[in-house]
Amino acid sequence: MTKQCKVSLDPAVCEMVEKARSAKVETVWDRYQAMLPQCGFGETGLCCRHCLQGPCRIDPFGGEPKLGICGATADVIVARGLDRAIAAGAASHSGHARHLAHTLKLAAKGKARDYTIKDKAKLRSVAARLGIPTEGRNIAEIALDVAEAALADFHEKDTPVMWAATTVTKKRARLFEEKGLLPKGIDYEVSDIMHRTHYGVDADPVNLLLGGLRCGVADLAGCYMGTDMADILFGTPQPVVTEANMGVLKADAVNVAVHGHNPVLSEVIVAVAKEMEAEAKAAGASGINVVGICCTGNEVLMRHGIPACTHSVSQEMALVTGALDAMVVDYQCIMPSLATVAECMGTKLITTMEIAKIPGAIHIEFSEEKAGEKAREILRLAIETFTRRRGKPVDIPPYKTKVVAGFSVEAIVKALSKLNAEDPLKPLIDQIAAGNIRGVCLFAGCNNVKVPQDQNFTAIARRLLKENVLVLATGCGAGALMRHGFMDPANVGELCGEGLKAVLTAIGEANGLGGPLPPVLHVGSCVDNSRAVALAVAVADRLGVDTDQLPVVASAAEAVAEKAVSIGTYAVALGLPTHVGVMLPVLGGPLVTKVLTDKVKELTGGYFIVDLDPESAAEKLLAAIDERRAALGLSVPGGGRR
Amino acid sequence: MIRREIFVRYDRCVGCHSCELACAISHTAARDLFGAILGGEKAQKLLWVDQVGPVKAPAVCRHCEDAPCVAVCPTGAMHRREDGLNLVNLPQCIGCWMCALACPFGAVSRGDGKAIKCDRECLDEEGVPACVRACPTGALVFKTVEEFEADRRREVVTSLK
Repeated sequence: MTKQCKVSLDPAVCEMVEKARSAKVETVWDRYQAMLPQCGFGETGLCCRHCLQGPCRIDPFGGEPKLGICGATADVIVARGLDRAIAAGAASHSGHARHLAHTLKLAAKGKARDYTIKDKAKLRSVAARLGIPTEGRNIAEIALDVAEAALADFHEKDTPVMWAATTVTKKRARLFEEKGLLPKGIDYEVSDIMHRTHYGVDADPVNLLLGGLRCGVADLAGCYMGTDMADILFGTPQPVVTEANMGVLKADAVNVAVHGHNPVLSEVIVAVAKEMEAEAKAAGASGINVVGICCTGNEVLMRHGIPACTHSVSQEMALVTGALDAMVVDYQCIMPSLATVAECMGTKLITTMEIAKIPGAIHIEFSEEKAGEKAREILRLAIETFTRRRGKPVDIPPYKTKVVAGFSVEAIVKALSKLNAEDPLKPLIDQIAAGNIRGVCLFAGCNNVKVPQDQNFTAIARRLLKENVLVLATGCGAGALMRHGFMDPANVGELCGEGLKAVLTAIGEANGLGGPLPPVLHVGSCVDNSRAVALAVAVADRLGVDTDQLPVVASAAEAVAEKAVSIGTYAVALGLPTHVGVMLPVLGGPLVTKVLTDKVKELTGGYFIVDLDPESAAEKLLAAIDERRAALGLSVPGGGRR
Repeated sequence: MIRREIFVRYDRCVGCHSCELACAISHTAARDLFGAILGGEKAQKLLWVDQVGPVKAPAVCRHCEDAPCVAVCPTGAMHRREDGLNLVNLPQCIGCWMCALACPFGAVSRGDGKAIKCDRECLDEEGVPACVRACPTGALVFKTVEEFEADRRREVVTSLK
């Protein structure tokens, strides 16, 4: 019988949790239990540590103390804390993007021989969007200009952040400009948040939130740039068939997990692994089996069909199988606890980035100039580890699902063009207008230890698909849905409502798939939430409306990272009703809560929906979709026109 | 009857006020932080963390076996229940504050003109008070006198090594 447990809906995780328990390997769920109860001041955002007179705590029930030592109110403390989370998220996404911009620059100059410009068409289209001339110029010249334009977007200059100003609708760009929401520079905005949240600067909660919103738009720029750079360097994803869950590990192969976010190293590992097959076979392995964890996994899944091992909160479980020979990590969402679990299980944990070292791990510092060499060094270590593991028992949970992924905007448009070559978006728009597609929901973000893993994602997606909502997914949200079969076309019949089923089937058949597209379209890693933005902007432009009018919603149903907060912020800035399925630390600020969940609507059209119950969250998302349909004069299921 | 008391290991108190917050939440209708805030409830804590100089310490009703608050109460509102807890029967309380005057620990408070104090209406499924459960450093412990003193003795013996 399939294993069940309280911490996860994934039977593979349940099996590994049980193994970890019997082997006395401490996991994230053990540490969470040990942390309970969590501090209520932190939970409500009412703890401030921004100066040395603190820490200050405000009574969440309105009693004393009502003010911080400096006089900051509860709302000021909450807004400052939220702003810093947004800044941290923006710094992380854009740090990833900047890294790739540097790689592109090196590649353009011929200084990084392991990198080429894989997608020249994307390079040209990005250049065109930025106003960089392409006619009669060679690829390296254009690439250098694009890389330099990207790097220039980090600081204040004569133009605003181009990856924000040129990636949203014209109406939205104008709105951002009028309302002071157009970022001056990505780093500028992160730094501005650090400045205004410093002791004794901004004490107006609404002004603080406006600063946070602008930093959220800067985060959109970072994400969008990350996607653009990766597509130019490594190719824009096209539909690909693969598998997900821990059953993708192979006892007789050298199993190497790539984990983190940036494809800059994992791309080279995937390429070098093919070259080193013979070396692995000479060591007695059936080959090298590269698998993905978190968004590094999503990047190589989207572009190469590398199978996904697991995601987010269950990353330790991949190690608990005992089947991994190496886990290679770059940065973001890598739990430091991996070092201890890896030691217990005999896996080599290899850190590769100068900014992300973990005591107990082996550090092999990556550089673009020596990427291939470093990748070979890493894989040799994995092969050597395999020779020691060879023949010893491992516990690979026998679960995996089929995944059809790779839905970049370019891939979606290409698929739609089979229905209408002149106007590829028209079939999509027609189906939305006809109600066969009621709306669109983007699932993003992480798995949070506070929620039984995948529960919120699967419950909300199940409900929305039945109601004919087209579902897109990124990051570990995509991971959650893929391991439960939501990306297997065979499940369209069971999961989707009639209208959506017909649309997915029509597109699939027009593309010679002999069946439907999968129920949920995987659009990429967490920086690739930009792809969902690009699609929404294209549809809005085609209709001559703005993104806040579209029946499009977003949900970070099990969010963890500050990056999820900044993504949610730009979703709201673009005008989307945005669900968060765990409590944001804002409830201690009544005004802040009101602004985020309601008042911000007057400014951007978007707003946050915080609801911990997946069923009622799904209802609210559907209601938000219907409200927008009605405003566009479209039919609303069950209610006719409102 | 095995009676456990709330003991304080003063050297462990870091002054985080988690006990106060947990106490207040456990006395709301929602019995949950987010629920109480969203429900607009006013919460009342029944223990206090104070700081004098570098010393931080929680003060909570000791539920004295020979309680001064009970002894001085003119109306009998402050009474000792069969299970040994000292509680206020609110309808009888006239708000004369004799109990507050008599309490050596400052553990009596004012709520709606009447005396309120720790009532242990906060126990979790294991019978542990909310303040003890919330203490992240183990400054508050819920043990019998015998257990606590045995721990103390062991600490002394260990220190002799």
